[in-house]
Amino acid sequence: MVEHGAENASTGENRANPTRMLEVRNLSISYGSKSALRDVTLDVRENEIFGIIGPANSGKTSFLRALNRMDVFTPGMNVEGEVLVSGKDVRSWRNLYALRRRIGVVFPLPVGLPMSVYDNVALAPRLSGIKKKAVLDVIVEKCLQRAALWDEVKDRLHSLGSLLSGGQQQRLTIARALSQDPDLLLLDEFSIAVDPVTTMRIEDILKELRKETTIVLVTNLVQQARRLADRTAFFLMGECVEVAETEDLFAGGVQDQRTREYVEGRFG
Amino acid sequence: MFEATEINMRHRRTEVLFRLLFGMMTILLILPVALILGILIYKGAPVLSLDFLLSEPTNGMTAGGIFPALVGTIWLVAVALIASLPVGVAAALYLSEYAPNNWLTRAINLAIINLAGVPSIVHALFGVGAFVLFFKFGTSILAASLTLAIMTLPVVIVSTREAMQAVPQAFREACWNMGATRWQTIRRVVLPNSISGILTGVILEVSRTVGETAPIMFTGAAFFLPFLPQSVFDQTMAMSLHLFVISTQVPNVPEGLPYGVALVLIAMVLSMNAISIAFRMYLRNKKKW
Ligand SMILES: Nc1ncnc2c1ncn2[C@@H]1O[C@H](COP(=O)(O)OP(=O)(O)OP(=O)(O)O)[C@@H](O)[C@H]1O
Ligand SMILES: [Mg+2]
Repeated sequence: MVEHGAENASTGENRANPTRMLEVRNLSISYGSKSALRDVTLDVRENEIFGIIGPANSGKTSFLRALNRMDVFTPGMNVEGEVLVSGKDVRSWRNLYALRRRIGVVFPLPVGLPMSVYDNVALAPRLSGIKKKAVLDVIVEKCLQRAALWDEVKDRLHSLGSLLSGGQQQRLTIARALSQDPDLLLLDEFSIAVDPVTTMRIEDILKELRKETTIVLVTNLVQQARRLADRTAFFLMGECVEVAETEDLFAGGVQDQRTREYVEGRFG
Repeated sequence: MFEATEINMRHRRTEVLFRLLFGMMTILLILPVALILGILIYKGAPVLSLDFLLSEPTNGMTAGGIFPALVGTIWLVAVALIASLPVGVAAALYLSEYAPNNWLTRAINLAIINLAGVPSIVHALFGVGAFVLFFKFGTSILAASLTLAIMTLPVVIVSTREAMQAVPQAFREACWNMGATRWQTIRRVVLPNSISGILTGVILEVSRTVGETAPIMFTGAAFFLPFLPQSVFDQTMAMSLHLFVISTQVPNVPEGLPYGVALVLIAMVLSMNAISIAFRMYLRNKKKW
């Protein structure tokens, strides 16, 4: 369960003949009587970075919440339609905790849990029942290294995670998400509270991670989607206006006038 | 450049006026408390001695010390604390972490708030009916302490729930997103970060019952019983009841004696508060966000 990157070998084939990691069919989300997302249908391929751009209030965060079934823990949130992860409907998971362990999430504002750096990263493995210190040590080091944080914290593993700087905490949350060895990594505007240099470092990490996992990247920076995403979806007012290869999107090859205006920075 | 206009001056004058007014109100409020403490110390202090604390009352309670009452009160409060802590924390946990936001939860919350307003004499009668008679504990420390526990439970639940709600929701969400169950989240994040607030709240609320008289009078406290209780099934003397008895029921009590007892009673409450505050500060220094 925590064999990081054990399936790397198959990565090349997946590129050539992309299988679908995530299939979303007619997804609608509402809070009480207020609709947040309407009738979204899209696919995310294995080992791609799938960007989602769109102005505030367009339903991006709600979309991510539906993917790992956080609607169950969100009072008033109502989800219709189908979400399939690796071909399996998320609602057919009887143990939704096991589903969530396969999906890593990174929030807009870094949430360093009030425990040591080590415990932050070891939490997910511990939750899934790993107790041996030797095993945990390996996972913690590996995840911190992949999140480009190891060198900065290796001497203070047992000091509080919530005392790290904002940029470090955000990499800590990435390390924490990686400790789940996720098949799917969801990032929600991760760079909001992070300086440009750290943002670049994290972007490099994501490019590396693409080899082993699938990433859905919600971003309010259009250029970030351009730098990272293989394909990009444009959300607007609860509607998925368009999904396109990122290159085409920025080369002007888009169908919808609204997408072009948003990408060119004319509104939003 | 800038000259104070008439309006500026007027604002300033009202400002000074209100500050004075509110300040005087505050002093007015503190005055009675200071007076009570002052009189108690003035009249009660001469009675106090180690011997007074550690010997039993003699001569029909007109002389001697208060040892059995002191020990009895500690028993009563300790057992009440042990009883209300787990129940209160469990109820607060449910309300804070599990309960759906529906009419039933809202009704329970309303009930808790109202229960806090039930007069203690009503609790006393409930205690007689439930613990003394129905459960056949007889008049005993157990029955009296359980009555006290029931009485404080509402405030214990409220203070515990508030301590838990002070833990940021983002921490819970981060855990849930990792695949933690609600219980795992509670155990690893909510409880470790609210335990100081929970414990100090509970200690504070339960220690208030040190001064309660009505709830223990019919359920477990005795007028005069010059032995120490051996188990929770014994009756016991208690400070609050002892004070009531020597000030109203016993003739020829020397004037200083009730003041001395009252002073010790207040000191007990204040020292419980001090312990809980010290405890909170100790834990807060280890606070993590
Ligand atoms: N827990 C909630 N309860 C009620 N309404 C909510 C909740 N979460 C989101 N909404 C509503 O759903 C709509 C979409 O919100 P969402 O957070 O998905 O937008 P977003 O695209 O992520 O915006 P942003 O770019 O500002 O993060 C908004 O109108 C919001 O008010
Ligand atoms: Mg959002």
